[in-house]
Amino acid sequence: MNHFPSQWGKPRQENVDEYNTVPLYNNMPQSHAAAGPMTRTQQPVVTGTSVIALKYKDGIMMAADNLASYGSLARFRDIERLHPVGEHTIIGASGDISDYQYIQHMLQNVMIDQHCEDDGHTLGTPHIYEYLFRVMYNRRSKFNPLWNALVVGGVHKGERFLGYVDLKGTTYQNSTIATGFGGHLAQPILRKAVEGREDTLTEEEAIKIIDDCMRVLFYRDARSINKLQRAKITAEGFEITEPYSVETEWSFAESIRGYGA
Amino acid sequence: MSGIGTGYDIYSSTYSPDGRLFQIEYANKAVENSGTAIGLRVKGGVVLAVEKLVQSKLVVPGSNKRILSADMHVGIVSAGLLSDGRYIAQSARDEAKSWRDNYRQPISGKSMADRLGLFVQAHTLYSSVRPLGAGTIIGTYLDGEATLYMIEPSGVYWGYHGCAVGKGKSVAKTEIEKLKLDEMSVQEAVREAARIIHTAHDEAKDKDFELEITWICEESKGKHTAVPKDIVEEAERLAKESIKSEMDDA
Amino acid sequence: MSLKPGEVNLGTSIMAVAFNGGVIVGADSRTTTGSYIANRVTDKLTKVHDLIYCCRSGSAADTQAVADIVQYYLQMYSVQQDEPPTVHVAATLFQEMCYQNKDQLSAGIIVAGWDKKKGGTVYNIPLGGALIQQPFAIGGSGSTYIYGYCDSQYKDNMTREECIEFVKNSLALAMSRDGSSGGVIRMAVITEKGVERLFVPGDKLPVHWQG
Repeated sequence: MNHFPSQWGKPRQENVDEYNTVPLYNNMPQSHAAAGPMTRTQQPVVTGTSVIALKYKDGIMMAADNLASYGSLARFRDIERLHPVGEHTIIGASGDISDYQYIQHMLQNVMIDQHCEDDGHTLGTPHIYEYLFRVMYNRRSKFNPLWNALVVGGVHKGERFLGYVDLKGTTYQNSTIATGFGGHLAQPILRKAVEGREDTLTEEEAIKIIDDCMRVLFYRDARSINKLQRAKITAEGFEITEPYSVETEWSFAESIRGYGA
Repeated sequence: MSGIGTGYDIYSSTYSPDGRLFQIEYANKAVENSGTAIGLRVKGGVVLAVEKLVQSKLVVPGSNKRILSADMHVGIVSAGLLSDGRYIAQSARDEAKSWRDNYRQPISGKSMADRLGLFVQAHTLYSSVRPLGAGTIIGTYLDGEATLYMIEPSGVYWGYHGCAVGKGKSVAKTEIEKLKLDEMSVQEAVREAARIIHTAHDEAKDKDFELEITWICEESKGKHTAVPKDIVEEAERLAKESIKSEMDDA
Repeated sequence: MSLKPGEVNLGTSIMAVAFNGGVIVGADSRTTTGSYIANRVTDKLTKVHDLIYCCRSGSAADTQAVADIVQYYLQMYSVQQDEPPTVHVAATLFQEMCYQNKDQLSAGIIVAGWDKKKGGTVYNIPLGGALIQQPFAIGGSGSTYIYGYCDSQYKDNMTREECIEFVKNSLALAMSRDGSSGGVIRMAVITEKGVERLFVPGDKLPVHWQG
């Protein structure tokens, strides 16, 4: 008998509690089996849909709409999903917005570290891309992924760069990239319009291709809105447009009657 | 110094009978032996400048920087032991990052000075460490507002319009006191800083020096960066001219 | 992230609106365990600093724990920095708690208040721990029924009185359609001068179409 009421009537457990410290909580024998397995893989909550991007003559063009959905609810319609990092890189994010904000914060820390180094080096697009890949792959390996598909675009030492990295640590580079629904709807259009013409496409042509894709996505992606931003990155730096809308066509619907059979 | 502190200068945790801490006073001596560093807080930003004495012709020009960044908007220049200056700057970086992690916004000059003050002061308390032999000037510029602080080896700090540490601090302070800092632009401040460092430099006693100047202002996009080379060269040219004409007048 | 069996839920309709010179926060007063009303006069408007409030939705236990911790942080902040925290600082602390512990928490929080830098400000921190500044925010299960109403009625630069009416009507509509919301409407008007608590009893709620 001792003066710990929680132990009265129970056998002493010298094998797990050598010094009889129970009930001091941090020495309590832990039953992992009783608590069940630790689960960590979360789910996205507030999400952004597709990001699309392409290479053109002067650099990279990218677009994403301004919506952050909450399930099927169009909850926040003024979210910016194109994020500049340094002078010549833009990250486009789809997926969980809180994780995206965390990534923005992480990248800011990296850029500040770099600024403090003051060694004349700056992080270019490929470096930021590699860093993001390491982060994303690390997190998925801990079964605690950052729930995003990211597009990294920029110009580094005169070279255009366009890459994709997602929550599983998957990476690839291409002259056209699209995340999420855009992978199904926009990518075929982008490939047809861009592949083989990366060095000749003008800015005006690139804008038209991007807007055409965003229009298709607005027509057919139920998690999109017709309020978007477009970014271009050239050797001179980046420009992100104010939110705008693409022209849409509905008049043909007026004459449609019945099931159309 | 010999004789005065005998027996009472072994630990920074021991007072002398008349209430002094000799170790801290020795640390101040280390600061006074170093090339002059100044900070100017003016209308649209802060300017930091330092007379970096070059110990040897073999040292690569531009190396061993004495003005360091702790964040995008925080510049630190120290006089005294360069390694202690770097140590304080590292602590400043940690504080700046921790602030950003906690509050998702940049740290204010006031908070930075306060935390570094505590850090420096902590080094005067224990027998296992020595007081830091560096006087530290912290300049920040945030949302259009500039701050300037200076921390002494004792850990004490004050906010300033303009300040100076190191060998030529009294000359530099006299020069700074003549300036109308509140009405001055950063561009003017750069020229004045160059002139003051050149004035404070003791040509007869000291070897060559490199002038390091940084600023944080609208022109540097709110970032703490080295002032562009051409502007510094022009400022140095003007500085030498004005010193020469002053000497001719005399 | 879902509610555990038997957990007390703040079914909830909450709201915050910024206006010229301040913000108004508002909430219903119903707390449920399943379909039993555990408390019909709950105060879901929680003060975390002199001029900063939060509206809590989700698990009562979780949001109280988070709000208490943030309140403590903000007290420390104002003493150490010798100035009141901004609403952004408060919102960031909430976000950090909600984001880092997203697997354990079910907390949807609206942070609103007044500060010298930005005046009346509203931040929304939905379930996963994102942080979004908005001119006005609605939250809780009841809010889903009033998105359309709020979008149609909200105007920029409303007066204090217009804002009070907006909050009152929006919450009354949410409470009438959401079984997990109800009771009374509590509001707090936060301006530079201080906080004024307003109260609409359950039998004096604005009445809309009752069909």
